[in-house]
Amino acid sequence: MALLDYFLRKKEKQATTASKAKERLQIIVAHERNSRNKQPDYLPQLTADILEVLRKYIKVTDESFSINLDNKGGDLNVLELNIELNDEHSMN
Amino acid sequence: MARIIVVTSGKGGVGKTTSSAAIGLGLALKGQKVVLIDFDIGLRNLDLIMGCERRVVYDFVNVINGEATLNQALIKDKRVSSLSILPASQTRDKDALNKENVGKVLEELGKIYDYIVCDSPAGIEAGAMMALYYADEAIVTTNPEVSSVRDSDRILGMLASRSRRAELGLEPIKEHLLLTRYSPKRVDDGEMLSVEDVVDILSIPLLGVIPESQAVLKASNAGEPVILDTESDAGKAYQDVVDRLMGETVDFRFLHAKKKGILSRMFGG
Repeated sequence: MALLDYFLRKKEKQATTASKAKERLQIIVAHERNSRNKQPDYLPQLTADILEVLRKYIKVTDESFSINLDNKGGDLNVLELNIELNDEHSMN
Repeated sequence: MARIIVVTSGKGGVGKTTSSAAIGLGLALKGQKVVLIDFDIGLRNLDLIMGCERRVVYDFVNVINGEATLNQALIKDKRVSSLSILPASQTRDKDALNKENVGKVLEELGKIYDYIVCDSPAGIEAGAMMALYYADEAIVTTNPEVSSVRDSDRILGMLASRSRRAELGLEPIKEHLLLTRYSPKRVDDGEMLSVEDVVDILSIPLLGVIPESQAVLKASNAGEPVILDTESDAGKAYQDVVDRLMGETVDFRFLHAKKKGILSRMFGG
């Protein structure tokens, strides 16, 4: 029987529990990494750059400014900027 | 500047303390000044693995609270004079550590030591976050098993987002994979994830592979870190890890089952 096992072993390998483990891990790890990395790493620098440009023209305090990158489901990502203008910049 | 290395994993029982003890002692044997810190407040165990449990007088939290000086709390290893251990406290509450006071202690230690090895508690709670916060490098200890690999990936996320280096936008923590309790035979039989599988999934550089070994239990029974058992596979594998940490290039060993002859493979036995 050992002789038979030896020749059959190669075929069996395809469905080992180890390969099942690897497949399951790859899927769950990729999924968890995705939800973890919602904010791209350029966001802090982008925020700093935008603030710098704005401040050339208007007074913006940190509290009157917010930036948000939202995934609206699927491929749709929205970059949202909120800048509160105080009186001296109002339209009138 | 001392290298601050955290030994971490997410999951418990994978070999963080065993690895911290072996690596710390190994570095000291190579002439480095090393301090081993137990961050597992409330569940002190590094002292036991190091064999100095009866010499603990003051602990990490005593130092933080100003009840003892660092010198009073540090335990000098009896085997290697350049190695010290800072034990965790056994009874105090877990919130005793915070970024500010831990930072001060690490800064003091950094003036004296070349390596600060932080043995992290399991989990992703405050204690584990404290252990990794100031790290320059992380040894992510992983068993070739699904829950351990998943938890390690979780910890990799924490290293990248919750550490001091991440908060200050500095160069990220250098990550190392340490695969422990590895059974080449079970890998060959398709019962265990292989080194390649785990490296593939976690995609961080491999620091070492420690084979499953009876020497590890014997070592903790005796309070003699397994790296001192120079005859054992595990001891040799930890020695390789230490050499690699110090910049040497060392081939990986113990990755394959001992080859049986073709005849015994075909006819059993």
